[in-house]
Amino acid sequence: MVSDPTYLSGARDLVAAVARRLGFSEEGCGQIALAVDEALCNIIRHGYDRRKDAPIWISLWPLAASNGSGAGIRIVLEDEARQVDPAQIRSRDLDEVRPGGLGVHIIQQVMDEATYEKREKAGMRLTLVKRRSSEKAASCGGPCNPARDAGGKTGKSCG
Amino acid sequence: MMADDSGIRVTSETRDGATIIAPEGDVDLSRSPVLRSALRQAQNTRPKRLIVQLGLVDYMDSSGVATLVEALQIARRNNTKMVLCGMKDRVRSIFEIARLDTVFTIAPTLTEAMNA
Repeated sequence: MVSDPTYLSGARDLVAAVARRLGFSEEGCGQIALAVDEALCNIIRHGYDRRKDAPIWISLWPLAASNGSGAGIRIVLEDEARQVDPAQIRSRDLDEVRPGGLGVHIIQQVMDEATYEKREKAGMRLTLVKRRSSEKAASCGGPCNPARDAGGKTGKSCG
Repeated sequence: MMADDSGIRVTSETRDGATIIAPEGDVDLSRSPVLRSALRQAQNTRPKRLIVQLGLVDYMDSSGVATLVEALQIARRNNTKMVLCGMKDRVRSIFEIARLDTVFTIAPTLTEAMNA
């Protein structure tokens, strides 16, 4: 797609439809679509400075159950926007009530994994993973503990 | 009443001293400016109570939330009571994720919002 916000609704519908086909609940499909929407907004606003004619690639991959992990979806978003250090991509302090700056936090809360990396020649790549098994875990009401490593990857476990 | 061809419609009415803003449609990055404009226009009159009826909003992302946070900041400066009402579960969940469900005054219905 191009970096025009007009196309966000179509992207959400596409992602939700694929997630539904892969067996996610309606709530899960909505949350995945929200995470992708937030990621696209960040690319449009911060990566491309609101240009409407720049490319964004969205790839969707089914994930088979393996090694104790349930089936799920992997979504890869790529752009040719300015590159940033993945370690600098982090959520802000939510105790401060102000407009904006919620996208990264929302992505981290919804998805099981969110990995930011620089593409080889230009732009960034964001890989999002969500497993169907985490849908029940996320609604358990218990605390979730986001973990971050130096490569800009966040993982989440509920226990 | 305000309408826009970007896929969102926002209506405005005044009732019993309250200004009620009711967006209809998805509130995302492409459409939140329309809601922002409607809220700004409503707040220019400094109403005693500003109610945002969200019963016809099926989807909201963080740009919509940011618009409402901005409106809340203005409302506080103007001593306007601002209440959100009629939220669908999908919209409420983003407020919970952003931990704003305890910052805003949220009522289940418009009637309760008029008295909150």
